[in-house]
Amino acid sequence: MENNRIIDIQNISKSFAGGTEALKNINLYIRKNEFITLLGPSGCGKTTLLRTLAGFEQPTSGKILFNDENLLDIPPYKRKINTVFQKYALFPHLDVYGNIAFGLKIKKFDKATIDEKVANALKTVGLKGYEKRNIDEMSGGQQQRIAIARAIVNEPEVLLLDEPLGALDLKIRQSMQAELKSMQQRLGITFVYVTHDQEEALTMSDTIVVMREGEIQQIGTPVDIYNEPKNAFVADFIGESNIISGIMVKDRVVTFSGSTFDCLDGGFGENTPVDVVVRPEDVNICGLEKAPLKGTVMSIVFMGVHYEIKVNIDGFTWLIHSTDSANVGSEIGFYLDPDDIHIMVKG
Amino acid sequence: MKSLKRIYLLIIILFLYAPIFILMIASFNNSKYIGGWSGFTLDWYVQLFKDREIMSSLYVTLSMALIAAIVATILGTLAAIGINTFSKGPKALMLNISYIPVVNADIVTGVSLMLLFIFTRIPRGYFTMLLAHITFCIPYVIFAVLPRLQMTSSQYYEAALDLGAKPSYAIRKVILPDIMPGIINGALLAFTLSLDDFVVSFFTTSNVNNLSTTIYAMARRGINPKINALSTLMFIAVVLLLLLINNRTTKQEKALRKEISKS
Repeated sequence: MENNRIIDIQNISKSFAGGTEALKNINLYIRKNEFITLLGPSGCGKTTLLRTLAGFEQPTSGKILFNDENLLDIPPYKRKINTVFQKYALFPHLDVYGNIAFGLKIKKFDKATIDEKVANALKTVGLKGYEKRNIDEMSGGQQQRIAIARAIVNEPEVLLLDEPLGALDLKIRQSMQAELKSMQQRLGITFVYVTHDQEEALTMSDTIVVMREGEIQQIGTPVDIYNEPKNAFVADFIGESNIISGIMVKDRVVTFSGSTFDCLDGGFGENTPVDVVVRPEDVNICGLEKAPLKGTVMSIVFMGVHYEIKVNIDGFTWLIHSTDSANVGSEIGFYLDPDDIHIMVKG
Repeated sequence: MKSLKRIYLLIIILFLYAPIFILMIASFNNSKYIGGWSGFTLDWYVQLFKDREIMSSLYVTLSMALIAAIVATILGTLAAIGINTFSKGPKALMLNISYIPVVNADIVTGVSLMLLFIFTRIPRGYFTMLLAHITFCIPYVIFAVLPRLQMTSSQYYEAALDLGAKPSYAIRKVILPDIMPGIINGALLAFTLSLDDFVVSFFTTSNVNNLSTTIYAMARRGINPKINALSTLMFIAVVLLLLLINNRTTKQEKALRKEISKS
């Protein structure tokens, strides 16, 4: 496993002149050909970490290995890493060809090779034959593709993407997500992707790194992160969830909202206060007589596939996604399966 | 009410430009005296170009404007690039320091430069006048280049480095082309300012004269219609340059607005 790592981030911290700590002791390794996403709200340090990898920020302390070499000693223009910038940063005075060929000209390829590589890169991003176009006569989605072509034409080992789809509207964004993912698999380049959009992270990534205030909260596959969030922040940030205070009576038994439930977690000790996470879609509505949890319907909104129902139990508002409807003001009951109850250390 | 507004505007324009028109008309007047019109002539213009004193000062003016514009543009552009990278506090300080010479009275600039040259025992002549012109042109170049530079996203520079460009290559191939409109505006402005400067020139030279100091010396000897012809030519040259600068600025603003409305 060790030699599969392309980037190894060790104890990286970064504080800015004003005293803000953007990164606090970050430890993270990135595997070859992996699609890894740094996910978090704005100001969580994800962009700073990306800029550190690109070489635009120097960390205050720590080490980064790139193929077992010290990356921090290498200036940005010598790193085998290319970046797709948030606002694309395409050079306005150059046409599409000039932009994509920029890096190749520095590397002193001959004209025929450059022409061929540019044409190939344009083909990869689906803009074959656009060489002569000006940047300002292209749409946001097209500029985005040019920015990607300009980066991948240099055949980087790692491609950094800083919220590349942020400026696009929903439809284009969704089709670009699928395209980026298939591009990454075809090219065999390691992608480090920064976003605050949890849905984007879940659909594209092999690995998600959830960050908050300069610290890593959790590293894992999308399925792990969604199903087994490590703490309330991750649970809340990745999808919607009900986070309830509870008591872990003993291994695999938990009480909350006045009832006792079986669950699959253990190792918290006996009678320990914990946070219990239940996803809204894991709540099962059933008849009142059998239901361990009962409450009054406060609101119901039709969302298309399901109803979003808010139910009040002892002052806590449960969020429920169900295909069953209910009347506002009526009492409904529901139950939870043991594997849908996730226990977290109280945060 | 509307006609009143028009008349008011007309009066303003009349007061502003009447003296210059009288001067222009006088330059074509056959009579040596402004009082009466005795026929159209181009004689004064012919005499003007035969006058060796005027021709040599024309050479001084043009060569100096050219050199001062070039040097001030280079220094001003570099200064702007530097200032743009400063953080907020030092940036504001540098901008204010650069702005003082712009609002400072010419006479103060002129006298203080003269004192400096006397103090440092540099003989006053072409070289000192050139130094003075470069000095007062630099701030104008900075303020012409800086807005353009602030629009240029720092991402362009980083993108160039990211693609393998060394810092010097990135500045040459990405930053400079992008701020070129601002640089050219600054250069034109510097050229115009140097061309029609009198006060600073007067104090920083002794034996070498440019057009404005020559006209001043001639006018003290008595109004010669040659001066009218010369002044007319200078006025037209400066107006043309200013039109050029304004035209460029509006065009750039239009392009900019287009860009902004697109994104």
